[in-house]
Amino acid sequence: MTTDTAAYLSNVLVDAAMIVWAVALAAMAADAAFAPVRATREPVAVGAGGTGTGAPTGAAEGTGPADADGDEATPATTRWWGVGRGTFVLGTVLLGVAVVLRGLAAERVPWANMYEFAITGSFLVAVAFVLLSRRYDLRALALWVTGLLLLTLGLAVTVLYVPAGPLVPALRSPWLVIHVAAATLAAALFTIAMVASALYLVRDVADRRGAGGRFVSRLPSAAALDRLAYRVTAFGFPVWTFAVIAGAIWAEYAWGRYWGWDPKETWSLITWIVYAAYLHARTTVGWRGRRAAIVSLVAYSTLLFNFFGVNIAFVGLHSYGGV
Amino acid sequence: MTATQVRPADDAPASSPPGLGPLELARWAWRQLTSMRVALFLLFLLAVVAVPGSIVPQREANPLAASDWAQRNPGLLPWAERLGLFDVYSTPWFSAVYLLLMISLVGCILPRIRQHARALRTTPPAAPRRLDRMPGHRSWTSEAPPQQVLDAAEQALRRRRFRVQRGPDSRAAPAASVGEALAAERGYLKETGNLLFHISLVLVLVAVAVGSLFGYRGTVLVVQGSGFANSPIQYDGLTAGTAFDVGDLPPFALTVDSFDMSFVPSGPAMGTPEEFVARVSLQRTPGAPVEQREIRVNSPLAVDGTLVHLLNPGYAPQVTVRDGAGEVVFTGAVPFLPQDQVFTSTGVVKVPQADAPDLGLQGIFLPTGIIGANGPESLFAGLANPVLVVNGWQGDLGLDDGVVQSIYRLDTEGMTQLVEDGEPFRAALEPGQSAQLPDGAGSVTFDGVTTWVNLQVSRNAGKEVALAGALLAVVGLLPTLFVRRRRVWVRVRVATEQGPAQGSVDSAADETTDAATGHRRQPPAGPVTVIEVAGLDRVESGDDLAAELADLQAAIEKGTG
Repeated sequence: MTTDTAAYLSNVLVDAAMIVWAVALAAMAADAAFAPVRATREPVAVGAGGTGTGAPTGAAEGTGPADADGDEATPATTRWWGVGRGTFVLGTVLLGVAVVLRGLAAERVPWANMYEFAITGSFLVAVAFVLLSRRYDLRALALWVTGLLLLTLGLAVTVLYVPAGPLVPALRSPWLVIHVAAATLAAALFTIAMVASALYLVRDVADRRGAGGRFVSRLPSAAALDRLAYRVTAFGFPVWTFAVIAGAIWAEYAWGRYWGWDPKETWSLITWIVYAAYLHARTTVGWRGRRAAIVSLVAYSTLLFNFFGVNIAFVGLHSYGGV
Repeated sequence: MTATQVRPADDAPASSPPGLGPLELARWAWRQLTSMRVALFLLFLLAVVAVPGSIVPQREANPLAASDWAQRNPGLLPWAERLGLFDVYSTPWFSAVYLLLMISLVGCILPRIRQHARALRTTPPAAPRRLDRMPGHRSWTSEAPPQQVLDAAEQALRRRRFRVQRGPDSRAAPAASVGEALAAERGYLKETGNLLFHISLVLVLVAVAVGSLFGYRGTVLVVQGSGFANSPIQYDGLTAGTAFDVGDLPPFALTVDSFDMSFVPSGPAMGTPEEFVARVSLQRTPGAPVEQREIRVNSPLAVDGTLVHLLNPGYAPQVTVRDGAGEVVFTGAVPFLPQDQVFTSTGVVKVPQADAPDLGLQGIFLPTGIIGANGPESLFAGLANPVLVVNGWQGDLGLDDGVVQSIYRLDTEGMTQLVEDGEPFRAALEPGQSAQLPDGAGSVTFDGVTTWVNLQVSRNAGKEVALAGALLAVVGLLPTLFVRRRRVWVRVRVATEQGPAQGSVDSAADETTDAATGHRRQPPAGPVTVIEVAGLDRVESGDDLAAELADLQAAIEKGTG
């Protein structure tokens, strides 16, 4: 297979993954719409979360064994759920092959520009989501994660696309593999944490009002969402720290200084600081729960800005890769 | 990082200054500064004050972009200067935030080191009176004697890497017969890692701060075929820390024998850089043998503690200017600055003359040039069809005014543009071609083109320490985030009669009251040991606490046969 064929097949498979994920999205939406609202669910959710009206979410800590994630009431599903899950996994596999082919086409790691970052990052998010789904009940998140991934891929193929090609000399370094892989993995994890934090806020508001529609009632308890967001962030934070350090080492080789307040460096530090603040906030009285979740969303928005805004808005040493 | 309840203000938030005495005030301020809330606030503040430096180009990182920004925003310039927006990361306001955060950090970790050192030496706290109030709790009875149960529990907990303390059960409910209890704790590594993480951060900050005092960075533009000696007067720009000494510079000399740029010639990635490589002759000290070396992007040349990097490259057209009498008044390679991806480059030739008006030439160099409808344009960054487009000015270059001028810009204030047939003079030259300047001002010849490269000579002092600190921080982070600090207690007592609890039921409270008030229903069927276990996670209650207690029960039951 020539590199041109590989590049072409990779593009076709990205499109195919989008189509398959669109089917998954539709199936998940149908599942959410048609699934019966089970009567057992409400009391369990309130009891498990300890977040009934007026009860601050801090009570989430120490609610004991009944709160274990596995004990969450599983929302009723329809056969649409099976369709959605199956097509999601299929789309993930297709995208995985597309990422590998892209690497073969360019004869290097497939994360050297924003297009490649977007497809590789989406693939990692999807894989992390599938893996986490084995341990946690993430059905309520699936619809939103799928939508987000479709949006990212759509952006990738329309705005960010650049043809497969060799690396510019500035990127020709083993540190590209380490630094960008770590940053991409951390970003994928933070994305899942962000979805969990956002849904936590939705659930939390609904719990405070003592009401919730069909969508809210399908969510895991506020405490479970909070814990999921924390665990995934706690996993992502050292990875992000490592990505920043690897970037500093590379910068020393490439530019002769390990830290130079390049906009990308500055914003990765800002992201690091805000995620550090999130981890601190979560253990600080008065900051648990809702405020911590907001901090998590702020942290994610700095991450997004770092990946997209900095490349587009500012001139810096990280401006390359087509956009 | 997570075990934050030891930060003082979490226990007792000091809301207002208690008194006016300077000592109390200082103590109050210290408590505030080292409190978690203020630390959180300072973290956010640090994130916010770092933002302007990413919006306004920084002089140290990108001096050209900074002066460009200043020219585009004349209205904001006075404020930008006043606030230090071009050097955000060394302004007092940025330093203030980060110093406060560092003081807060140190103020937080010092007492915690003391506390943790004490905790490591002391035994786990004794079993509380009511074990059933703990987040995790189990109770059951056994035929095995209490000592055997505790032995089994101790063995099981030690296998699970708990630190175990056995002793008389001083806090048992008074109604219960006095027995023996066991207290265990695990996960001290969490706080150890936490402290390591924070200490390492301080180490990184100190290394960066101290290192910047001794570090330096000089840039020098070298045209292919020429060289430079490593001394400050040869640099185009030098930034150095306050403790930098010129004598620190290694006395090497370096000549760029060749600097080659190549670009992808065809295909979808056409025009992207393929390879930049400089072949240099290095002389480490005057008189030392000459070494042949290569410098590439991402692969600097290391000379005695300094690194020589390739920065931005460009083309230097070789130009010869003759005066009206045909005498050569200028000849040489003129570095032009690339303006875009295809290396459309601009530059000037300044020819001061003593007995005639000064000459100034403005040029646009096109590595693969065409003169299209929109004027001169480059199609490709490689040298497929080099074209030099020049126009000319005559008058006073202003070089004698003592004002420092850019060598890339022509100050046309005291000059008039050369005109030919009523149009501004313009000539498009290919290598070897010449053009006569209007009005007998002379001629210009485009002899050929060579390359130049910006080299950076730098030393970042303290980088090894900073790296060690950063890696230690990650090492400390892992137990901080993933180890769980957990306490477990086991209490045994001998019931004088058959207790109601058979198997594992969470009903120890019922049991004790039953034991206290129960009627003698049956003659005792032999001594029965009532066992209670309870668990508590210190920071985050984990969902595996119940599972661990169940495992513990299984292990004890197995251990007691």
